[in-house]
Amino acid sequence: MEATAKKRFKKIYAHTVLIIASIIFLVPFIWMVSTSFKPITQVFSFPPEFIPRPFQWENYIEATQYIPFWTYTYNTAVITGLSTLGVVISCPIVAYSFAKLRWRGRNMMFAITIAVMMIPAQVTMIPLFLLFNQFGWVGTNLPLIVPAFFGVPFSIFLLRQFFKGLPDTLREAAKIDGASEWRIYWQIMFPLAKPAILAIALFQFMASWTDFLGPLIYLTEEASYTLSLGLQQFQNQQGSQWHLMMAVSTMMTLPIIVLFFFMQKTFINGITFTGIKG
Amino acid sequence: MAQLETNKPPKVRVNKRRSNENLTGWLFAMPWVIGLLLFFGYPLLSSMYYSFTDFSILQSGEFIGLANYRELFQDDLFWISIYNTIYFAVFFVPLSIIFGVALAMVLNMKVKGMAVYRTIFFLPTLVPHVALAILWVWLLNPQFGLVNAMLDFVGIQGPPWLGSTFWSKPALILMSLWGIGQAVIIYLAGLSDISQEYYEAAEVDGATFLQKTFKITLPLLTPVIFFNLVMGFIGAFQQFTLPYAMTNGTGTPADSLTFYVMYLYDNAFSYFRMGYASAMAWILFLIILVLTSLVFWSSKKWVHYQGD
Repeated sequence: MEATAKKRFKKIYAHTVLIIASIIFLVPFIWMVSTSFKPITQVFSFPPEFIPRPFQWENYIEATQYIPFWTYTYNTAVITGLSTLGVVISCPIVAYSFAKLRWRGRNMMFAITIAVMMIPAQVTMIPLFLLFNQFGWVGTNLPLIVPAFFGVPFSIFLLRQFFKGLPDTLREAAKIDGASEWRIYWQIMFPLAKPAILAIALFQFMASWTDFLGPLIYLTEEASYTLSLGLQQFQNQQGSQWHLMMAVSTMMTLPIIVLFFFMQKTFINGITFTGIKG
Repeated sequence: MAQLETNKPPKVRVNKRRSNENLTGWLFAMPWVIGLLLFFGYPLLSSMYYSFTDFSILQSGEFIGLANYRELFQDDLFWISIYNTIYFAVFFVPLSIIFGVALAMVLNMKVKGMAVYRTIFFLPTLVPHVALAILWVWLLNPQFGLVNAMLDFVGIQGPPWLGSTFWSKPALILMSLWGIGQAVIIYLAGLSDISQEYYEAAEVDGATFLQKTFKITLPLLTPVIFFNLVMGFIGAFQQFTLPYAMTNGTGTPADSLTFYVMYLYDNAFSYFRMGYASAMAWILFLIILVLTSLVFWSSKKWVHYQGD
């Protein structure tokens, strides 16, 4: 009896702590959503009000007309979709060869991979810009997509740890049955690594979807802009269109929230299983 | 099956297998080998070379030795941007670890509706950084902003935040802390890796919550803390999008939000001083290298691996 009472107290206590902390974390977000429904005059009201008066859902329509919203959404979706696909194709196979195959130079290559993770992107940014400029890629979305097909060190590292955790006996059994290395990878290892692959896919999705510096450098034509760049257009000489900007921000955030909510368990498991321990 | 195969001369088979695996290994790793050479190796070497040249987009570089580096050390804005960046890193990284671990411990409790709670704490990292920057400029507005209105509510006169050189960096730290969700997810993963047996054993011995936290949870979490510490420093030194979007690239007020990478970006893509910017990039790399080496070196003393 006493144990259940103690348990119940613990649960109430936990929920109280969680709810208070949640509110702190939610307030700015709720503010973003509520501002997105306000008339511009109410945005400046003081003291600040949470409830829009009147509730202007037309802001959303106006926002999509103020900037070429659908074009930007399409551009962002293409870049995000293709670079995520690239990472899913390239990283697992490279990680698998680091984790399970024995080849000369493997350890050295892996050490280099770890070292590369520590190089700030700014060091390679300028030569890459010049390289892509020579390819004639500046102004297109290729610089934001193609590199993903050649692997991302952080994701390779995370996946390698995952594959390391899978038993070798699986591979040996398949080998005895005469399976080729490619078949072992594609039909056994790849499906088993799904949670970790999902995790790196989500990381890449988020990074691409919200990327600012990359598009800022490479996208020169307004017609090829992404949503991140488009957001800046709500700030101009005539003043800032706060309410419209918040409407676009809300629309940008929504798909990732839904994605994360439904995948968070797989996501966390994907990282857990790999362990960051090394 | 395996035993039947020993009839054949073993040495040849092993060699054949090994060379086969050698080839397959390289083939499987090939995308990354190409990527490494093309997108890291080549740019790394050329960036080092550029840093010794007077290189702009319009004219190809003339070799000028250490002149870029010498000029940097006399460049006031260079030192200001270093100061701002270090200020941010020194306060943000430790705070993010303390809050991150505490938050992860709370989110690791077994209660109903945890998926919802976890999503809420992860939410800020999902908001695009540009939107986040703009949102916070608004929240921190000294006159109309929600933050000062709430402080007012509890009787505190709020500071001018982004309106003052003194408060602009604390403001940035505050809003960055709001986005620690990604680190928290990694702490959560680390927490769920800790075997429950340790806690059960400690409970039998009558350990208190604090004892369990400091004797079991924190020591076993040190590898993950270490990982986030390294990543945190690397990230803090590369601070760009938030201050850039908040200040429209100006770093106002009075350059108090001009961060190292912002100044680097300006040199490269506004003034087209690619050589100068490359020199800046290499100095940044050296700073990060020294700091991460220090963290790595100190880690032997405080990082414990499970099963050690």
